[in-house]
Amino acid sequence: MRYLPNTPAEVEEMLAAIGVTSLRDLFACIPSEVLLKEPPALPPAMSEMEIERHMNELGAQNTGAAMLSFLGGGCYRHYCPSLIDQMLIRSEFYTAYTPYQAEASQGTLRAIFEYQTMVADLLGMDVSNASMYDGATAAAEAMMMALRNDRKKRTRIVVASTIHPHYLETLKTYLTGSGGEIALMDLDHQTGRIAERELAKINEDTAAVLFQYPNWFGIIENLTAIAQAASTTGAWLIPVVIETTALGVLTPPGALGADVAVGEGQPLGLPLNFGGPGVGLFATKNEHVRKMPGRLVGKTVDREGNECFVLTLAAREQHIKREKATSNICTNQGLMALAVAMYLATMGKEGLRRVALMNLKRRDMLIKALAPTKARPAFSGPAYNEVTILLPMKAEEVVRQMAAEGILAGIPASRYHPVLENLLITATTEIHTPADIERFAATLAKIIGG
Amino acid sequence: MSYVVPSDLRYTKTHEWVKDLGGNHYRIGITDYASKHIGDVTYVSLPEVENTLRREESVCVIETVKSSEDVYNPIAGVVVAENSAVLNDAPETINTDCYDEGWLYEVKASSADDYESLMDAEAYKKFLAELGD
Amino acid sequence: MTYSSNAISDIKFREEVIFERSRRGRIAFSLPQEDLADAENLLPPDLRRETLPLPELSEVDVVRHYTRLSTYNFSIDHTFYPLGSCTMKYNPKINEKVARLSAFTDLHPETPSARAQGTLRMMYELQAMLAEIGGFAAVSLAPAAGAHGEYAGLGIIRTYFQKKGDLKRKKVIIPDSAHGTNPASCTLNGFETVELTSGPDGKVPLASLKEMLTDEVAALMLTNPNTLGVFETDICAITKACHDAGALVYGDGANLNALIGIARPGDMGIDVMHFNLHKTFSTPHGGGGPGAGPVGVAKHLVDFLPTPFVLKNGDYYEVAAPRETMGRVRSFFGNVGIMLRAYVYLRELGHEHIATVAEHAVLNANYIKAKLRGTYNIKYPNDTLHEVVFDDSKLPNHVTTMDVAKALIDRGYHPPTVYFPLIVHGALMVEPTETESKETLDGFIAAMKDIAEKAAQDPQSILSAPAKSHIKRPDETQAARKPILTHKP
Repeated sequence: MRYLPNTPAEVEEMLAAIGVTSLRDLFACIPSEVLLKEPPALPPAMSEMEIERHMNELGAQNTGAAMLSFLGGGCYRHYCPSLIDQMLIRSEFYTAYTPYQAEASQGTLRAIFEYQTMVADLLGMDVSNASMYDGATAAAEAMMMALRNDRKKRTRIVVASTIHPHYLETLKTYLTGSGGEIALMDLDHQTGRIAERELAKINEDTAAVLFQYPNWFGIIENLTAIAQAASTTGAWLIPVVIETTALGVLTPPGALGADVAVGEGQPLGLPLNFGGPGVGLFATKNEHVRKMPGRLVGKTVDREGNECFVLTLAAREQHIKREKATSNICTNQGLMALAVAMYLATMGKEGLRRVALMNLKRRDMLIKALAPTKARPAFSGPAYNEVTILLPMKAEEVVRQMAAEGILAGIPASRYHPVLENLLITATTEIHTPADIERFAATLAKIIGG
Repeated sequence: MSYVVPSDLRYTKTHEWVKDLGGNHYRIGITDYASKHIGDVTYVSLPEVENTLRREESVCVIETVKSSEDVYNPIAGVVVAENSAVLNDAPETINTDCYDEGWLYEVKASSADDYESLMDAEAYKKFLAELGD
Repeated sequence: MTYSSNAISDIKFREEVIFERSRRGRIAFSLPQEDLADAENLLPPDLRRETLPLPELSEVDVVRHYTRLSTYNFSIDHTFYPLGSCTMKYNPKINEKVARLSAFTDLHPETPSARAQGTLRMMYELQAMLAEIGGFAAVSLAPAAGAHGEYAGLGIIRTYFQKKGDLKRKKVIIPDSAHGTNPASCTLNGFETVELTSGPDGKVPLASLKEMLTDEVAALMLTNPNTLGVFETDICAITKACHDAGALVYGDGANLNALIGIARPGDMGIDVMHFNLHKTFSTPHGGGGPGAGPVGVAKHLVDFLPTPFVLKNGDYYEVAAPRETMGRVRSFFGNVGIMLRAYVYLRELGHEHIATVAEHAVLNANYIKAKLRGTYNIKYPNDTLHEVVFDDSKLPNHVTTMDVAKALIDRGYHPPTVYFPLIVHGALMVEPTETESKETLDGFIAAMKDIAEKAAQDPQSILSAPAKSHIKRPDETQAARKPILTHKP
């Protein structure tokens, strides 16, 4: 077997050096009643050629991968510069271990330090960690951090119901072990934001407020109102940015006074991959640094005075604090964080801004293309690259018929909010050409009339 | 190995020292034994002024690169002072001057009972000898 | 052997942080020409960002920078990484090729299931293979890493007792040799941890355990073999004692490489266990992830798995929520790209080769143990499988485990795991894995012996190591006292 270098002759030598006669002797300590008589019932071994054939057959069944797609809702198709994967496939990055031994890992450590810097800058915060698993767990960890450090030991978490449904569920799961409770701020069906009166739920008992920016319907919330409500009550303000390319033009969470800013890095140069691996962004203010979860890379000098980098502030983490740790996170999303850093470095100041402007423009193009049809934007609030479309019939049905025409039209809101039957959430990015958008509108018109 | 044990202080088995400042007002720190065993201190998280502390509650954490040590409060009472002025910028003062500049915090108790129950210098010296370290 | 030089001319690059390469007006991106003058007006002015402080680089700058940075790293493709409990085995290249097929990378997670049958089938089959390997009734692939799997596993246990109405059970027993993620995961689930002192043989003492098993205990959290590499020979009695007391047993699957294909944790009475795909199942470590931590359960816990998992309905693969799920632990389905790599690995091994992994992993570890046991102390030498824990207690002249680690870097090896588990002072945990040849092991053994010899005869050379690396003994104390976590221009 090509991954097992030792030949039978070498195995014999080694067994002799150990002082046993067969490989199975080495498992003498295992009770015989649990030793398997037969290896597990896996399918027969495949050679490389057979594997490729099989995986191509499986791939062919993913008919959705090659279709014209307007799916967004937390995972976005963007231009991924080709240099990223070419650099990422370098063995020195992807087959390296966690950089605990600084002398053996300056490449990784330096790259993560750069990542931390760029993510902090992108989010407008003081400091970022080396990554979390995804945006949802980053939001959950931020919520836990607020609960743990709230001066008044408050237990109420106020969450905008316009947050991604998976993120809300994840917050609820993490709260179960931690003794807090969630109060939801409801949607205003006119604007697509949370209703103004709902802000009153952010009260003196509130430890933290979380909202998605832009929200799951693609709309930007009333940021100043939420920030104001949080600051008056001393609740932690935790904006959650999932479509992070928007930060190429949108005011960053730091400028709103966020205590912790979290987000999803997938839109920043990572392929869709059916939703994972992505990367959780997590950034905070300097004063909270010793309370934040996740790995941190810091700059220092070595014994000869050379600038170098190390994992630092490890005393926060599980391997030292154990049951008192801020979080249990160990392995994070290192390689994906590296990819995000490469994306930000490659796109740079000008490129990320252009991408964001292209996204804004395409949303506008889509809305204009829909004007002659019976479809309308459902909400009036400011937005980035997603539009929630109000249809004259059930969105699930429209999606079915569009798929038959080769288009993945979007996410029916009813998939997660059963009452919103006629709403369809559609994303347009710099990937889409004017012809793609025209085709979408023309096909939709055929189905719903126009 | 011999450790500095000032005679005018009282001590706990978890290596905290207590200085009587008069009127049920006490100053607390960690002993020479502790500061030598802990390693280079990188950060100290101190209790806040006006917090009420119970006895033996972990109220303060001393961190090094590789560890995190809890300080167990020896005197129940209200925090009236803490030494962040020195320790925020120079946490290593705990290693270099644990009885003086490297004090941690001060507590106002309701009586002298907790203080009276602590080991005196001789008892603590004996305790250290038994640890044999 | 140096790891920071250009092999052709021995130039040592001193690459600055990427921001130092930034120059106004440089670009590295390629986007279609388009008039975007009006686009900004689509946003109200109060929502527009004032500055975007990202660097400005050319593509050549970016490529050179990352290429040079990569030369400062060790990696498995360079050299041996005998990191105990990390299972740094070779990362197959076929996995990387398949993971990059656009049929997989371009699939959006909200794609209707009928158009995602390839990936859903892969996930279903992976669930089934892991269940078969572990001896479990069902598997959820959702958790993103081992610690995440632990969190989910303990969440399953919490939910199980909650639904039963057994609300007294708030404690989890954890041996003192456990990985730090174990107690941390308990705390996240609202459990109180109770530490169990390991016996003189490094194992769980059955009598002490039985005394601790009150009706307040929800579970025992166990790694088997444990972090000393020692197999818990009483495992069946241990799990039985827990079950008799109404408690469950959580298995930390980090050390599955010792057992895979040979014995199954489920058969030993483990109720719930996480797998580390980035350890046992060959997916790359990536300098700190991404990994994946699927969790497997016995029949009575299937309903409580985190959501979602994949079920098979005739020939159709569908996404489903376990009936009484503990809930979601993250967005979407999990680290699907990582699952794909593990799937390919298992398809390549198949029924014929699956048992050879543990056979060779345990062979390699025992070979190192036989050859080095005279030179380095082993506190718990019996019943070790795929890893062995040495320590520095026999080294003269104040040479410590840290010095040995640095001296190994000079000799071209990544150091073993150091100072873990905590119950062995100066621990040096060596796990070679099955993908290393005898000659690599012999080289490592020779290096370790050389270091021990130098410790006696020329201690300064070891105490001052590393001499050859790009940087030497960073000041970690300063880094923690005055953290500098971002670049300031």
